[in-house]
Amino acid sequence: MSSATLTGTPPPPPPATPAAARRTTPRRRRGRLTPYLLLLPGLLWLLVFFALPVIYQASTSVQTGSLEAGYEVTWRFATYTEALADYWPHFLRSVVYAGTATVLCLLLGYPLAYLIAFRAGRWRNLIMILVIAPFFTSFLIRTLAWKTILADGGVVVETLNTLHVLDVTAGLGLTDGERLLATPLAVVCGLTYNFLPFMILPLYTSLERIDPRLHEAAADLYARPATVFRRVTLPLSMPGVVAGTLLTFIPAGGDYVNADLLGSTDTRMIGNVIQVQFLRVLDYPTAAALSFILMAVILVVVSVHIRRSGTEDLV
Amino acid sequence: MSDVTETTGSTASASGDGGDVRLRGIGKTYGDFTAVHPLDLTVPEGSFFALLGASGCGKTTTLRMIAGLEEPSTGSVHLGEQDVTRLPPYKRPVNTVFQSYALFPHLDVFENVAFGLRRRGVRSVKNQVRDMLDLVQLGEHARRKPHQLSGGQQQRVAVARALINHPKVLLLDEPLGALDLKLRRRMQLELKRIQTEVGITFIHVTHDQEEAMTMADTVAVMNAGRVEQLGAPADLYENPATTFVANFLGTSNLIEAEVASTAGGEILVDTRGGRLGVPAGRCSAPSGTGARLLVGVRPEKTVLALADEAGRIPDGRNRVTGVIAEASFLGVSTQYLVDGPAGRGLAVYAQNVDRDPRLVPGAEVVVHWDRAHTFALDAAQDIEAGVERVEPATAGKDGRAERAERAERAERAEREEKAGKDGQTERAEQAGKAEDAWTADGAAKEAAG
Repeated sequence: MSSATLTGTPPPPPPATPAAARRTTPRRRRGRLTPYLLLLPGLLWLLVFFALPVIYQASTSVQTGSLEAGYEVTWRFATYTEALADYWPHFLRSVVYAGTATVLCLLLGYPLAYLIAFRAGRWRNLIMILVIAPFFTSFLIRTLAWKTILADGGVVVETLNTLHVLDVTAGLGLTDGERLLATPLAVVCGLTYNFLPFMILPLYTSLERIDPRLHEAAADLYARPATVFRRVTLPLSMPGVVAGTLLTFIPAGGDYVNADLLGSTDTRMIGNVIQVQFLRVLDYPTAAALSFILMAVILVVVSVHIRRSGTEDLV
Repeated sequence: MSDVTETTGSTASASGDGGDVRLRGIGKTYGDFTAVHPLDLTVPEGSFFALLGASGCGKTTTLRMIAGLEEPSTGSVHLGEQDVTRLPPYKRPVNTVFQSYALFPHLDVFENVAFGLRRRGVRSVKNQVRDMLDLVQLGEHARRKPHQLSGGQQQRVAVARALINHPKVLLLDEPLGALDLKLRRRMQLELKRIQTEVGITFIHVTHDQEEAMTMADTVAVMNAGRVEQLGAPADLYENPATTFVANFLGTSNLIEAEVASTAGGEILVDTRGGRLGVPAGRCSAPSGTGARLLVGVRPEKTVLALADEAGRIPDGRNRVTGVIAEASFLGVSTQYLVDGPAGRGLAVYAQNVDRDPRLVPGAEVVVHWDRAHTFALDAAQDIEAGVERVEPATAGKDGRAERAERAERAERAEREEKAGKDGQTERAEQAGKAEDAWTADGAAKEAAG
């Protein structure tokens, strides 16, 4: 990850004041240093807010002790196996929920992105603003709003009940009785809703880059509209699909707000466990170990995903 | 003119089994803007047909209507006996070579060429693609991606991708527009060779008059959404029917005149520079006494003589007097512009055989030419129509150039709205630049030849 980049780069040049540099070094030297100087703020930022916390958490995860007695590094890796043994259902649930939400986002987002890119005409900017509009409100507020929308006895639940949709979803184990709130379905819906723009934006960007004349060329070469999509549009939009799924899956996998507000104890995701371990149980080593396991799980899922979609082959 | 009908007596094969492309009253309007006025056109099977015109004249729209990429507002398209007007592009036995090639960037050369075959479920794709790549001399590059190829190679992939389907008609939309001059010349010959080899009808859209004349059997000159004139290149060049054709195909000297008398197959006209003779057969307008005409002659058919030595000019030749305003030495030839009572800026292209050092700006001269080389047009037309302006300053003053530009902008904007691409403008601009370079060079070459 970025820590590797950090160690891989040559040591940053001694920070000289501009005045001193002007006096002592010839123009050419300064020109050569410019790229490093430009990198410096970003590297410092990463160092302070990414690398150091990661190292700190890594050390926490192999510490033992108690809050009262204090913690010290004892290189106890058993914390990891214990954490995994205790909480594997939550990991699994996180991957399943985040995966489902990602697929739903893709199914909802692709047609919309396609519409904006190719069919919206002068409505394009308006639709784009509507896609981004939810960001003007806080993430928490929006999720709380969903709590109201999905509440028992609300319009949504009543309507779905009347249509007997909830009987079907209950049969599939997605909902519980005549409730929608505090069910897996509600959590997945919340995740889908909250991360949908992160799917749409990269999809739109990659679709928008496709030359519409490629569609004409494909049609000219005997491809029906469906075939044009399968053979030309979809392959060319794969970079957007990969970027969108990553931007959706990664934060959704670590999310705890949706499971907290829309779910129940049965729908707790790994993010909820980590939050509780850190802030209520105050078992810092376990919480840190869980965080690293989550990072590893996401890295594995993501690299398999990238490998399988073969995006490195695309222009 | 929209009343152009059949292309009779062209170089088409006489097979007559109905493989012709027939456009009947086909037209296209975008809101208030008429891109193509209803036109009738027949392209005989097996011919190399060029649609020639400046940008925005509707030639590409016409092509796209044949391909099915644009739905005509009126009229019908027939391929042989089949009415294909309502057929979507993927059901038409027609393939297109697009202006910017539109190669699939995610597929290699082989798969690009195989695309059409695979969509039709053809077996033995491999051998056919190999053969086609050999035909366009790209066999070694089968596994390259389009962006790894040069412009000329990409162009050949685009041709191969279309030709492999053995379409009834191959449509070429400015296929050489993005290539540099040398490559363009080579590809012109290459395309002509391929067309002769495969015998498929080619409809070629271009703004480059020399390209059209080099390659096509039949050229239709389009202007402002109408076909101005249609015929074999030499015929169009020698007998332009409108001022647009006279000026757009090469250069013409047009002189305002009034008919004085008609006798013995010859029309005598009075101009401000004296009396001229025109063969009656080369007059495309009513020629009763008093009728107003535009008398024309190609610059390479004219000869300059010093006014002092005018006596040596044989009798029976048309002559106008004037003063040399400009002399440009172009190596193999010299291009003179002569101002006189007959008109300003009469062009004379003289081969540098025996250069007369006295022919310099300011010299009093007589421009003379064989009467048989004179043609006459209806004077009720814009004498400047189709003149390609090189200097931007004069282009700005010229209302017609401006109008053409506006039409072009409208068409481009229309296309852009659909495409939503910034790259397109850039490409169009590049094409425009290439065009400028080309025009300059073409003029030089013309002066030479």
